[in-house]
Amino acid sequence: MKDKRYIISLLVENEFGSLSRIAGLFSARGYNIHSLNVAPTNDESISRMTLVTFCSDQKINQLMKQLDKLVDVVNVKDLTQETHLEREMLLLKLRCKKNQREELKRLTDIFRARIIDVTDTTYTIEMTGVTDKLLAFLTSLGEINIIEMVRSGSLGISRGVESLEVNKRGKK
Amino acid sequence: MKLSGSEIIIECLKKEKVKYIFGYPGGAVLHIYDALFKDKEIKHVLVRHEQGATHAADGYARACNKPGIVLVTSGPGITNCVTGLATAHMDSIPMIVISGQVSRQYVGSDAFQEADATGITRPITKHNFLIDDINSIAETFKKAFIIATSGRPGPVLIDIPKDLTDPNVKIPFNYPKKINIRSYKPQKKENDIKIQQAAELICNAKKPMIYTGGGIILGKADKQLHQLVKKLKYPITSTLMGLGGFPSSNQEFLGMLGMHGTYEANMAMHECDVLLAIGARFDDRVTGDTSKFCPKAKIIHIDIDPSSISKIIQVDLSLIGETASILKKLNSYITRHIKKIDYSSIDKWWNKINKWKKKKCLAYTKSNKIIKPQLVIEKLYEFTQGDAYVTSDVGQHQMWVAQYYKFDKPNRWINSGGLGTMGFGLPAAMGAQLAFPKSNVVCVTGEASILMCIQELSTCLQYRLPIKIVNLNNRYMGMVRQWQEFFYEGRYAMSYVDAIPDFSKLAESFGHVGVRIDKPEQLDTMLKDALNIKNKLVFIDVITDQTENVYPMIQSGKGHHEMHLSPTNEDTELA
Ligand SMILES: Cc1ncc(C[n+]2csc(CCOP(=O)(O)OP(=O)(O)O)c2C)c(N)n1
Ligand SMILES: [Mg+2]
Repeated sequence: MKDKRYIISLLVENEFGSLSRIAGLFSARGYNIHSLNVAPTNDESISRMTLVTFCSDQKINQLMKQLDKLVDVVNVKDLTQETHLEREMLLLKLRCKKNQREELKRLTDIFRARIIDVTDTTYTIEMTGVTDKLLAFLTSLGEINIIEMVRSGSLGISRGVESLEVNKRGKK
Repeated sequence: MKLSGSEIIIECLKKEKVKYIFGYPGGAVLHIYDALFKDKEIKHVLVRHEQGATHAADGYARACNKPGIVLVTSGPGITNCVTGLATAHMDSIPMIVISGQVSRQYVGSDAFQEADATGITRPITKHNFLIDDINSIAETFKKAFIIATSGRPGPVLIDIPKDLTDPNVKIPFNYPKKINIRSYKPQKKENDIKIQQAAELICNAKKPMIYTGGGIILGKADKQLHQLVKKLKYPITSTLMGLGGFPSSNQEFLGMLGMHGTYEANMAMHECDVLLAIGARFDDRVTGDTSKFCPKAKIIHIDIDPSSISKIIQVDLSLIGETASILKKLNSYITRHIKKIDYSSIDKWWNKINKWKKKKCLAYTKSNKIIKPQLVIEKLYEFTQGDAYVTSDVGQHQMWVAQYYKFDKPNRWINSGGLGTMGFGLPAAMGAQLAFPKSNVVCVTGEASILMCIQELSTCLQYRLPIKIVNLNNRYMGMVRQWQEFFYEGRYAMSYVDAIPDFSKLAESFGHVGVRIDKPEQLDTMLKDALNIKNKLVFIDVITDQTENVYPMIQSGKGHHEMHLSPTNEDTELA
């Protein structure tokens, strides 16, 4: 069975140990974490995580159940099962020669990225979009040297009125 | 009323009607021990090693279905609990381990006897807590008890820094009656339509089979299971963990299934057309090669844990919830559909099963020169009227108990099925004996296993626990030797324990009675007499056949129909 990409949203108790419980579940059961983003929400007691993993259909069912079973997990949803929006942020520090500046400026415009810092030898760029767009931008850089790259990992949210709630069905 | 953190802990335990704590003191829990010293109600059982405390609490829980409580110190105290927690976790046993931690100001500084208790135990507990505020002690205990005992039960650890138990810091005590854990909602009501579908499938079966596991015992569903089986008159088998969930002496029971299961149980699994799995988790010791598992069957799975469903084997219909309440409903739907059952097919099915039974797969070659271990268990069954609480360690002796002691009641069979922990038997027997002081408690063990927690003999004397230890002494790590005989051309690497102690003298030095039985003609009377010694622990060291193997056996990677039978019945014709 071929592995597919899954993007999972989780609401977890903003408590000591929650993150390591989730990370531990992945390592103990042999799943990979491709990317993981965690931050508090408007409800201070809850953190929202967005997690991207690659696995088979059968494994994702099992993974979702195991995540749901964790006592700290308030709600969990496989966003891949519905229409959803995804964004990722990229920060890039590039070594940019004089003769490359023009080209870089043009590329950032095309990809709607922004230059947020400049020195004699470097340009720092910020960009948000779906992961594919970020990757396309990276490929387009060609000869330009990357000094440093920081990615947030994907963030996801359902499209339309659907949402991931604290007290709905959700849990079990 | 204002109480210190230590007093709050004791009060919480009382609110939860805790009778026994199994523990061992140390620096980080001295305040708690001081509070315990002043208390009159809760009895503390001082073990001789923290591993013993966890297994004793576990054995207590398995015997009486109440959570077992453990109290240990920080650092080595809690690291010694790791095996016991993992054992309980694998078998879903409710347990609360309270561990002291260094004071908050020292946490993270590699202080004396500091260990990251919650980090170490995270994958081997159902949940764990590190308390960081005296005001949350009561609430945390309430949550811990709920989590440990509800849904699919399991062990919970509570780590408490020493400064929170300071006798001089007091706060008002309030034990919450109810608490809502928004992220934990294990109860689920299954859809009636699905239960009805299951009833129809079951009633339309021509070659049905029921396969039950520990979930019957943990879910207290034995009565409902009994009704179901008696109503249907279908064959039933059980996993190692489920033994006693249905009376083994009843004719519907085909014996245990799996690696060392009976011929009839495994063959019926292979041939059945509808399989009803209840509170079982399709462990690899049960399924064998999963691609050959029940190839002809539609599978229905009843379980409390959604993550058990289709984890190993894809099932056709799942019913999620408490086994007892689902079985109750299922029984009433079956009553409605019972006329649909085609009993002429079921009769044919039974005829086939009865032919498999004729193989007598548990027959063994008798001897008047050497004691056969199987005979010891048969005699034990006879002399205890099949009604003892029997614990075991891990190895051949464990399998022989499962095969030859016909458990008729739940909670009587106490063993480490999931983790397979040698050293479990004796401390678990202490827990069972404390839960049922008047009942017969027997620990069946091997000469290798018993040495792993032998120090608990000292605890047994302190609390006058009249456990009967039956040591099937084959001078080998028999189960390891068996695998080496079969799969390593008889290269017995390290499976022989050289320098075995004289167990009866050893037991005597601990203040108990020691008996050694080494002649077949002595077995009957000596075993009977030893079991009849009242109010004393008796260590019965039985010198058994060194070369005996456990049969039938399915090699890993083989299907249920590919059993290895004992040389005794290899020549018996299939009638
Ligand atoms: C703690 C632990 N270590 C190792 C094993 C692997 N193991 C399984 S059975 C066994 C031998 C047990 O020997 P004994 O207690 O004499 O029982 P017998 O098989 O001879 O009845 C061993 C070493 C285990 N199950 N648990
Ligand atoms: Mg042995």
